[in-house]
Amino acid sequence: MTPDGSTLSLVAIALVVLLTGVIGAYGVRFARTTNDFLVASRTVRPAWNAAAISGEYLSAASFLGVAGLIAGYGPDALWYPVGFTAGYLALQLFVAAPLRRSGAYTVPDFAEIRWGSKRLRALSTGLVLIIAWVYMVPLLHGAGLLLQKVTGLPRWVGVTVVAVVVTLNVVAGGMRSITLVQAMQYWFKLVAISLPVLIGLAVTRPGVTDLFTGDWADAGRGLGGGESAAEIYSLMLATFLGTMGLPHVLVRFYTNVDGGSARATTVRVIALLGVFYVFPTLAGVLMHQAMPPPAPGQADTLLLGMPVQVVGGVLGAVLAALVAAGAIAAFLSTSSGLVVAAAGVLSTDVLRGRVRDFRTSAVVAGLVPLLIALPTTSADISRVVGMAFAVAASTFCPLLVLGIWWRGLTTAGAFAGLIVGGGVSLGALVVRVVPGIPTGSLESPVGQPAVVSVPASFVTMVVVSLLTRSSVTPRVDAMLAQLHLPSAARRIGAGH
Amino acid sequence: MTDRHPPRRVRVVLADRRPSRRPVLRGAEVAEQTELGRELVRGLVRAQLAASIRIAVLALAVFAPLPALFAFVPAFGQARVLGVPVAWWLLGVLAYPALYLLARWHRRQAERIERDFTALLGRDQDEHR
Repeated sequence: MTPDGSTLSLVAIALVVLLTGVIGAYGVRFARTTNDFLVASRTVRPAWNAAAISGEYLSAASFLGVAGLIAGYGPDALWYPVGFTAGYLALQLFVAAPLRRSGAYTVPDFAEIRWGSKRLRALSTGLVLIIAWVYMVPLLHGAGLLLQKVTGLPRWVGVTVVAVVVTLNVVAGGMRSITLVQAMQYWFKLVAISLPVLIGLAVTRPGVTDLFTGDWADAGRGLGGGESAAEIYSLMLATFLGTMGLPHVLVRFYTNVDGGSARATTVRVIALLGVFYVFPTLAGVLMHQAMPPPAPGQADTLLLGMPVQVVGGVLGAVLAALVAAGAIAAFLSTSSGLVVAAAGVLSTDVLRGRVRDFRTSAVVAGLVPLLIALPTTSADISRVVGMAFAVAASTFCPLLVLGIWWRGLTTAGAFAGLIVGGGVSLGALVVRVVPGIPTGSLESPVGQPAVVSVPASFVTMVVVSLLTRSSVTPRVDAMLAQLHLPSAARRIGAGH
Repeated sequence: MTDRHPPRRVRVVLADRRPSRRPVLRGAEVAEQTELGRELVRGLVRAQLAASIRIAVLALAVFAPLPALFAFVPAFGQARVLGVPVAWWLLGVLAYPALYLLARWHRRQAERIERDFTALLGRDQDEHR
């Protein structure tokens, strides 16, 4: 990268960071009560909320990681963006409207409302923190790589900058300032990736047949981890079912007006994600054709170099700065959502839920992943982020789906299922991350544990619930009525 | 949607830690959790679940065969349409409108079920219009 090009990128990154800070500080003037601080008001319209959810959800894993994976592995990598989007269909089919009507803000809330169990609530709280942190660590790694690539600064600088900025911002503004910001984030990220890609395509004018050549263009070769089909099916399970268990996604659904608008929001999110993912896909194709294949561990930063290499000149430098700004925005937005979600459960479950507690919690929620991220590395952030999806799919997905639709899910069943699903998926994560543990023939399930852990969790919940059948109380019927009755029907009941 | 009557802003406590003692409903059969009311709600839940499962099965039928097809029938994914391999068309382009249409279809079905249920309860009052 030319020196002036990287200066421009650094300025763009600094601007985004500064702007985020200013908006956070500005937002705090409006946040006076704990309620304002945590959930905005519950009257966010579907159009805004959908853009905010997409803005927060489209992490750097989607922005940089997906493009890099596609450039490296070809069409099999497309299962990541497809899965990231399909997750919202599953969320809508089985969770969105009933969860909104339950009045639960987080899964721990849902656990307590549905089963009235403190222990189940505590276990869910632990899992929310684990999922948020497993998700956040690779994002911090990516931020380190980004700053290193642009400025040559050591990796820990970027890791620390993003963690600190996000934490300070959440401490200052809470969620109130974030709804609007996250909605604009979506549109900003869309521009920041589409413009360089479209200009890159216009400049190089590649023939369609030149773009899809060689083995790379063929599906069914997998993602470099053994059997292609098994690996992909596991990835599908994790992403299709994991989205509904991600804490920063669920928190946003609470801001819908009612169950019906929770559905309307989800439909729009799918549309917005579908539009967005066209561009990382095009970027991957273009980068494969126009750039040398990335060195191992460098796929995530491939997109940053694309404008300079493919477009070149001043325009290339400007577009590179735009990509860098979009990437840092992506790191900041998703990390903010995760810190808010983690801080939310920490402050209500571990502390006493005052604004001061929320701030303390935000500091803890931001520092823990920072401390984990500093001494570690992760290649291909999308794939590590996929692990967070796998844990969510193995724990909260069965808890929510069975809890919402089956009156027979008992406290003991839910508890056992969370332990089994969480244990298997986290065990695989630990085995994968800690070097020196032999995996032998289990290589594939360790890399993609969902194919084992998701069914294990479902089966455990069902079997243990059937064994403890006698503990289902009649109160469950009233509970299910609350989850499924449309508000119009409730008004009739109330007005009687 | 509820555009004509913007809902009043309501202050909401982060989480109501206590499970609600009284069910939200009062008045009608449903609210009083009589045998009839419970049956009505079970019918609603069953109808919604059936609708969700129908769409989920459809989505599975669309997506689940693809990895196996790509892996074991390579000619399928490699066949070209307008110069672009089928696998890229399916996963890179068509998957998104398909997911969107499925979601929209589910939303319509779910809302129709809720309307029918509300009408059944007595007054034809509609949450969504």
